[in-house]
Amino acid sequence: MNQTRRGFMGKAFGAVAGVGAVGALYAMKRSWDPLPSVKAAGFTTVDLSSCAENKLIVEKWRGKPIFVLRKSAEMVASQNEAQNARDIIVEGSHYMIAIGLCTHLGCIPAYRADKSDFKCACHGGEFDSSGINTVLPPEKPLLIPPFKVTGATVVLGEEGEVYKKMKESGLIA
Amino acid sequence: MKEFLILAVVVFFSLVTYWLVEPFAHGQMHAHVESEHFAYADLPALEKKGDATKGADTFMAGGCIGCHNVKVLGMETGMSAKDSAAAYGVNPPDLSNAGAIYDAKFLAALIKNPAHATVVEHKFNDTRMHPMPGFYGAGGDDIDQEIADIVAYMQSIAVKPDEVTAEMAFKDACGRCHAVRYTKWTQLGEMPNYKYKKDELRFQADVLDYQDAVKGYMGKLPPDLSMYIRSRNEHFLSTFIENPQSQLHGTAMPRTGVTAESAEKVIEYLEFAGDPKAEMRNEVGKNVMIFMIFFVLFAYLWKRQVWKDLH
Amino acid sequence: MAHFEKANSLGEWFDQRLGVKTLERVLAKEYWIPKDINFLWAMGMVLAITFGILLISGIFLLMYYQPNVDLAFDSVNYTIMQEVGFGWLWRHVHAVAASVVFLIIYIHMFTGIYYGSYKKGRELIWISGMLLFVAFSAEAFSGYMLPWGQMSYWAGMVITNLFSAGSLELNGVVEWIRGDYVPAQAFLTRFFMLHVLLIPVAIMALIGFHFGALRLPHVNNQNGTDIDFEEEAEKYKSGNKAASKVIAFANDFMSKDMFVVAVYLVFFFYLVFWNFGFAMDPVNFDPADGLVTPAHIYPEWYFLWSYEILRPFSKDVGLIAFAFAQVIFVLLPFLDRSPNTVPANRRGLFKFWFWAMLVDMIVLTAMGKLPPEGIFSTIGFVAAVTFIGLWLILPIITKFEKKL
Repeated sequence: MNQTRRGFMGKAFGAVAGVGAVGALYAMKRSWDPLPSVKAAGFTTVDLSSCAENKLIVEKWRGKPIFVLRKSAEMVASQNEAQNARDIIVEGSHYMIAIGLCTHLGCIPAYRADKSDFKCACHGGEFDSSGINTVLPPEKPLLIPPFKVTGATVVLGEEGEVYKKMKESGLIA
Repeated sequence: MKEFLILAVVVFFSLVTYWLVEPFAHGQMHAHVESEHFAYADLPALEKKGDATKGADTFMAGGCIGCHNVKVLGMETGMSAKDSAAAYGVNPPDLSNAGAIYDAKFLAALIKNPAHATVVEHKFNDTRMHPMPGFYGAGGDDIDQEIADIVAYMQSIAVKPDEVTAEMAFKDACGRCHAVRYTKWTQLGEMPNYKYKKDELRFQADVLDYQDAVKGYMGKLPPDLSMYIRSRNEHFLSTFIENPQSQLHGTAMPRTGVTAESAEKVIEYLEFAGDPKAEMRNEVGKNVMIFMIFFVLFAYLWKRQVWKDLH
Repeated sequence: MAHFEKANSLGEWFDQRLGVKTLERVLAKEYWIPKDINFLWAMGMVLAITFGILLISGIFLLMYYQPNVDLAFDSVNYTIMQEVGFGWLWRHVHAVAASVVFLIIYIHMFTGIYYGSYKKGRELIWISGMLLFVAFSAEAFSGYMLPWGQMSYWAGMVITNLFSAGSLELNGVVEWIRGDYVPAQAFLTRFFMLHVLLIPVAIMALIGFHFGALRLPHVNNQNGTDIDFEEEAEKYKSGNKAASKVIAFANDFMSKDMFVVAVYLVFFFYLVFWNFGFAMDPVNFDPADGLVTPAHIYPEWYFLWSYEILRPFSKDVGLIAFAFAQVIFVLLPFLDRSPNTVPANRRGLFKFWFWAMLVDMIVLTAMGKLPPEGIFSTIGFVAAVTFIGLWLILPIITKFEKKL
């Protein structure tokens, strides 16, 4: 009785069964994938025409809060270069649009209209009116979501020209 | 050899049971309905040759646009679908592509006597009028010629029959009464993506109002057709579309008068709505069967090797 | 703490802690199976594989199914069938497997009846097997409720109505079972719980018990021969495998099992991809409507014989006959008064009894599907009476069987 030959067919059959198992595992992986309707719902349209100045508006995009802040002329005048670079200009007005989650551990910072800045209650982090981190523990500015400007509306989830340029200059994390 | 006999016995009894429980029983429960292949044999043949140019005038004179939109001509009644349904029971169809989707003989018969052509005379007679009045002529002396002209005109303004998509055929012939939630189709059109729940609810409330009107008109809300391609088979659907009375005697559903090609396209739409993975199923199935042949072969070779010194 | 030496291999490490080598010997390498068997002996493995298929496909369905009366139907027919990657595959696999498992159960059961594998020490194998049949029936019924189609609803309505016990009119019991006056949200979620947790756990425990009950009596053989397993095992172990009347479970029995499983899977996948109507009845593709009863209501094919025993009689008689039919198979080891553990074809009148029972159950199955009218109801009545009659005469004909 040849031991090696005996084992061979069993191993070969095992290998064929293995191929089948891999196929089944692939199907199982695909079943875990996010559904097409979930991926399709990843776009939110924001109408900026009725935004008041210095009043934070919170929209929802892909389940996350999105800060939309229209800046007054005074706010814009006192901005430095870094802050200007993050401004999104829609029909002449300057806006901050960012994901409203603190870049430290993900809490939602609160807007202080009198100081025109954000304070995160969880660990004391602060961001300015352009979403740039000013007080630790957050080490990065608020993230800017993909956006596309069309007239007075912004579609979150789509990558417009301005967003692509911001990406190139490294403003998008 | 004994094992093959045993296998034969097992297979025999299994197949007998299957045959009795499936093909035989279902045949007993549902009588077979013959298709007449959309010949509409009960309707008179078209004898007159229609003149589309004359038909344009006759169409206007006939007053059709009083109730029917004709988007391709830029003509709208001004009444919303919901209000039309409240007034007539159902929203009168847009006539832009009727010439391409419906059978010409049927259209002629419909224009002359709607209740007769759509086989709902058991519902609409002297005591209850069909919402669409029959055509009594536009002043000429040959009503059949006038009707033929109208039909020719409708065919001229419509797209070509082979340009009719499955979606167009369904929405035109069925979509004013039947919803298909799986393709987001409501009787008032495809449900838009609303940002605010309030707007979505308002649209749904409008649809419900429309559905109430249709329910009053038909006696029962026409069912959502999302899964009809699987709850009924293709033959049933085809014969049903051809003449609802053949499968559901006494039903309020009108005969829609679609051509055989349009009926195929309607069924295609229902396949898209209820069984879009059919093609993929065949593809994957083929690959699985090829794999299984290898699986059986290698299992057999392993068994033979193991059993070589056992026999 | 017992004394532990340093292990020389991974295998030895596990053996020191878990006794793996002993387990391997007792359950695989020296689990002796008679050599004189045919492919029907592989049905147990086919069932185990099918149960595994049901579990795995069920897991992926469970990820997306919504046990809510307003969402259930669409979660299955839209989300799973149309949106989820390969969701349609899991649904088809699960539905077909749930139906085919009963074909294999019946083949497995009738194999046991034919060869007398319920007698002389194997009673508990038979009884645990019948309990598995009951558990699988409950699992199938509860699972069928979940898509919440017309058949789900009305089958739920009809079967729970049985618990009113006919003239006893125990409507309170029926409402208690449903958790509502009619099958509604409470009904759906409790059957969801049964289908996903309680009954699968019971099935797994019963399978363990079924295997355990088999170990000591050993597997039967085609001839009903009394085998001296120790003697034959010695022959095998000394190298004389060809002369031995036994084979080892692993890999001898397993390799033949796997071949039968492979052929079965060809048939199974053919059904999954191309011929699944019998497992996914068209009526259940209409959403449940408590105000409309379908023109034809019928259970899944594997319940039809049982259903047909209920139907031809008056309400109370039918219920008694139905209860009789559920329980009587369990009593087979005790109703068969003959000591002969040989195939049915060598057991005189029992041979006819076997084929009569098989044909009768097929006739009952067919009649159960057909509308209870005309010749069909007559045949069904005769078949139901025959069923009861066959069980009544079993003790008599087996008592007078010649001892072989």
